[in-house]
Amino acid sequence: MTSPIELEGVDTSSALDKESASPSKAEEPKKLAGRSPSQLMWARFKRDRTGVVSAFVVLFYFLIAAAAPLISMVYGKDPYTLYGQDRPELLDMFTMPAKPVGGIDGEFWFGIEPGLGRDVLTQLVYGIRTSLATALAATIIMTILGVLLGLVGGYFGGRIDYWLGRVTDFFMALPSQLFFVAAMPVITTVFVAPDEETPTYVRTCAIIIVLSFLGWMSMARIVRGATLSLRDREFIEAARISGASPWRIIRKELLPNIVTPTLVQATLTLPSTILSIAFLSFVGVGYVEPTPDWGRMFAIGANIVEQDPYYMLFPGIAMVIFVVAFNLLGDSVRDAFDPKTGR
Amino acid sequence: MLQFLIRRTFGAALILLLISAFTFFMFFAIPQDPATLACGKNCTPDALAIIHKNLGLDKPVTVQYWTFLVGIFAGRDFAVGHCAAPCFGVSFANNQNVWDTIVDRFPLTLSLTAGSLIVFLFLGLGAGLLAAKNRGTWIDKLFSSGSLVVSSLQIYFLGPLVLLALVYSTGWLDKPKYVPFSEDIGGWFMGLLIPWVVMATIFTANYTRMSRSSMIEQLQEEHVRAARAKGMSANYTFFRYAWRGSLIPIVTILGIDLSSLLSGGMVTELTFSLAGLGRLALDSVTNKDLPMLMGVMLVSAALIIVFNLIVDALYAVIDPRVRLS
Repeated sequence: MTSPIELEGVDTSSALDKESASPSKAEEPKKLAGRSPSQLMWARFKRDRTGVVSAFVVLFYFLIAAAAPLISMVYGKDPYTLYGQDRPELLDMFTMPAKPVGGIDGEFWFGIEPGLGRDVLTQLVYGIRTSLATALAATIIMTILGVLLGLVGGYFGGRIDYWLGRVTDFFMALPSQLFFVAAMPVITTVFVAPDEETPTYVRTCAIIIVLSFLGWMSMARIVRGATLSLRDREFIEAARISGASPWRIIRKELLPNIVTPTLVQATLTLPSTILSIAFLSFVGVGYVEPTPDWGRMFAIGANIVEQDPYYMLFPGIAMVIFVVAFNLLGDSVRDAFDPKTGR
Repeated sequence: MLQFLIRRTFGAALILLLISAFTFFMFFAIPQDPATLACGKNCTPDALAIIHKNLGLDKPVTVQYWTFLVGIFAGRDFAVGHCAAPCFGVSFANNQNVWDTIVDRFPLTLSLTAGSLIVFLFLGLGAGLLAAKNRGTWIDKLFSSGSLVVSSLQIYFLGPLVLLALVYSTGWLDKPKYVPFSEDIGGWFMGLLIPWVVMATIFTANYTRMSRSSMIEQLQEEHVRAARAKGMSANYTFFRYAWRGSLIPIVTILGIDLSSLLSGGMVTELTFSLAGLGRLALDSVTNKDLPMLMGVMLVSAALIIVFNLIVDALYAVIDPRVRLS
């Protein structure tokens, strides 16, 4: 356990410093300060160039999602207006974009949607906003559920742990995507009468509930594992002997120590949640018209790919870049957290 | 070995029973009356009462579940007629027998999944082995970075693009369609070629990465080095010693991937307008066709569990330590 701390704690470039650093600097006594695991992790992460670049890319997507109304205001369009209907010259007689390459021009940067004639750029930006917000909420709930169940199972052990483990196994054995699809109408009918229109916020809630209900298992397993390895450590025993309640031990002693594995797992969960949401919208049980959504753009695009392939181009490329960046980021975060699992 | 399989089969049956109960009660958590769905638009209270009686909805949920379970093994009698042994009920949407519809759609899903499974195992393991053998060279780098990008593609993005490139603009291939294997093998193969390749592409990358890293790990193992030191040829140790060991983690992720393969089938069927089990599930969700959806879910769950059993048995074939424990 001590080796990484020693290696990182003592400045690795000290040998080089003797030659390169200026004399005035070299005279200052080197301070040997202990660093916390999260500081070490951060230091390691900063050195990983791929990780930093992909972190910026991911951040960029979040910025775009957050600033969607601003972008729409500056750009002067919104994802709901049917520009093609209002201005007939934009669409030809087959309701395809009249201009070549999907109607891309100075006014509509990413082209316009065939049929309804909406702006693709704002649709994409708002679509990313919908997907990211939903995925973020679902991931947070999944994380809370997973951490809670994992902590309880790992800390109390015994029969509670056994049965929680069996429940986890059972949920893992379910064909998850199929259950997403099947559970969606069930959850929506709980909120809305069958003959009424389902409001968007109910759909959002349903998606979040379904995804988090069927997605907490791997988090719970990881947290349980981490808790098991911590449970019999001296500091926990010390806390127990000094009369701390289980709740206090979990909150003050265990939780701070499982933050890092939880974060790593959450970075891996978020992109797969986004893909699940896109999957739901693509097959038609997630978001529906007129909510702009990333996955729904593929459903539209796949239908008209023969006539207008350019519609799907930008959402597709955006998604590939996003998933690549997030996967790289996840790998880097894991490497920074645990340098032993080198690739 | 036999004991191991028997124990696993019992476990699988238990899981299946639990899944059936979970699904059944999940659908009955709907506050809405299933009979109104079966009844359609112009529904009178009398007709509703008759449907209630026919479907057994006037009885408590637990009794209904029991009837459903018994029906699967012994058959049931409905107003429309007798429903033979594996009886999953009758569709609300078109009064078709659920089991017959599933049997009808199953060959497509099986062809799709099995075909792409073969393609991606072949490509993925092959690329992984090549990358491991030429570790650090441009081949390795090409496969590693390539697999990263390819694994980030989605079926619903790649599928339409491939259709555009090979079908719509060039006309090299026909639009994917399903021709039964027994009727025309060539047509079956050509009709499913694009879906296989597209679906396999998504999975290949993961297996390339996995097989590369586990192969590299295995090549550094003591027993592989010992075999090499004894004077066995590089190729012999590579395949006979290292490869076999490297398969164990791959079989593990194969077991995990089986359910995503099924959902991948759902997206693939939708993208290429093929009518398999996945499409059936989606349609029954749209039509709120509960018996059909129940049937598809249970059959899919059973399939996944059976495949997982096979995967578990594969462990025993690959790794002698499993057989002994």
